[in-house]
Amino acid sequence: MPAIVTDNCNACRFTECVAVCPVECFHADDDMVYVDRDTCIDCCACIPACPVQAIYMEGELPEDKRQWVSINTQKAAELPAITGKHQPLPGAEEKRSVLGY
Amino acid sequence: MPGNHQNGPLRVAIIGAGPSGFYAAEALLRSQVPVEVTVVERLPSPHGLVRSGVAPDHPKLKQAAIVFERIAQSEGFCFIGNVTVGKAITVQEILTTHHCVILAYGASEDQRIGIPGEDLAGCHAAKEFVGWYNGHPDYGDCHFDLSGETAVIIGQGNVALDVARILSKPVDELRTTDIASHAIEVLAESRIREIHVVGRRGPAQAKFTSPELREFGTIPGCDPVALESDLALNEASQAETSDRMSRTITTNLDILGGYTTRRTELAGKSCHFQFFLAPQAILGTDRVTGVRFARTTLTGPAFGQRAIVTDNEWTLPCQFILRSVGYRGAPIEGVPFDSRRGLLPNDSGRVVHEDGRPVNAVYATGWIKRGPSGIIGTNRADSAATVEALLADVDSLMNGPREGADGLWNLLTDRGVRATTLSDWRRIDAAEIERGKPLGKPRDKIACVNEMLGFCEPANG
Repeated sequence: MPAIVTDNCNACRFTECVAVCPVECFHADDDMVYVDRDTCIDCCACIPACPVQAIYMEGELPEDKRQWVSINTQKAAELPAITGKHQPLPGAEEKRSVLGY
Repeated sequence: MPGNHQNGPLRVAIIGAGPSGFYAAEALLRSQVPVEVTVVERLPSPHGLVRSGVAPDHPKLKQAAIVFERIAQSEGFCFIGNVTVGKAITVQEILTTHHCVILAYGASEDQRIGIPGEDLAGCHAAKEFVGWYNGHPDYGDCHFDLSGETAVIIGQGNVALDVARILSKPVDELRTTDIASHAIEVLAESRIREIHVVGRRGPAQAKFTSPELREFGTIPGCDPVALESDLALNEASQAETSDRMSRTITTNLDILGGYTTRRTELAGKSCHFQFFLAPQAILGTDRVTGVRFARTTLTGPAFGQRAIVTDNEWTLPCQFILRSVGYRGAPIEGVPFDSRRGLLPNDSGRVVHEDGRPVNAVYATGWIKRGPSGIIGTNRADSAATVEALLADVDSLMNGPREGADGLWNLLTDRGVRATTLSDWRRIDAAEIERGKPLGKPRDKIACVNEMLGFCEPANG
């Protein structure tokens, strides 16, 4: 049951998750990051690290976010892996406060 | 960009081949500075707690070792095993062959509870039990008597859950893991039917990760049990659960809520999650017969609550106790040590003297830097931070050429130290995998250093 990145990451991309991932299972596009489920080792390190709580273990995913399972699988397959922390996207802090974190 | 480096590559020795050591090596080898890394390890086998801490029935977590092996194959990486720094060689001696040292040797000592009876037969550190079932050579000779019916685990973190799960699971589910063969023999004869995981504070303060806690609902033949009364929250704990950054608390409370109604009595075993109980004494004369607890209440602000002992006492008869209340680091010769916190005093990874001055060329990362908290990946960010501090000092560190791994190897072999190499580890690794095949195990671990050395290249060639 891998970690799944959901909509809160979009337009934030803080990448704290990438810094604590022991196996580099994150992939990124211009908007957010995604988890490669075949590389993820289910360790949960990324979940408390996310400043906007965008990441859930698949088994803990709320019903209204189930679509993110296939989005993560698909996007991770298409996109390059991201190996270290990056600068958050411009506007990330504003989105964080809108989200209430 | 760092300045003009006339002295060849920066040569860094990393002490400890566990997660924090490997991630420090990774961060160095990926940096813009030309670097060579020598990882020095006490055992002939690398990977630290990924090999000897992560539970054998969680093979996916052990896949972190694949990343370590990839790092070990990087250009500029060298492994020297079977060398105890502080005994076979000092940190100061290593600094004659390297520009700097990163101490990444973890927290090897267990935290005691500090109550009467802790040394009675039948009461052990969870660390010993974990090392034993994981085939760590330090614990190959340990004996655990599982002939009683009731086991108590004191502590509420993931190590407590690991040992509780190993005691709860049908032994046949463990046989095909990389659990040590000597442990399977003992667990197969276990008569433990009741496992109690007990902590001083409440369910909202437990440090369990949710998938690990949820797994107890899926173990065949073992009912998870929680008490409704333990799940009533005071105001500060309610505030903790409504904190949106602490989603795990709510999830754990939901899971425990499910365990209040699960008891079937049909299962052969039960695992009880109990809260608000502070151990006061381990009871028994020759060996453990029980634990006396005092009930506690919580006081203080949200996320800063402490358990206060009340006069209300409760005795739980048991025959086997594992204490899992934390780890402590041990000092290393010639380096300052914070004995109160059990770690190396440091400023962003630079080891410092008592007065705050940095110790020249000595850095720390992982548990010996920040204390025993976090999981495998926590060390990746932590080691990246230490390496960032180190690289900021690079101009002052590179004050002349150093011989690096070759120089250290010669120093060790000259004094008769039987050091091992990465190819020696590959032989041990291959031998373990081969031994595991007829048993249907991914590997059958060699739990004895001398036996490991039998698979290595003969010393001095």
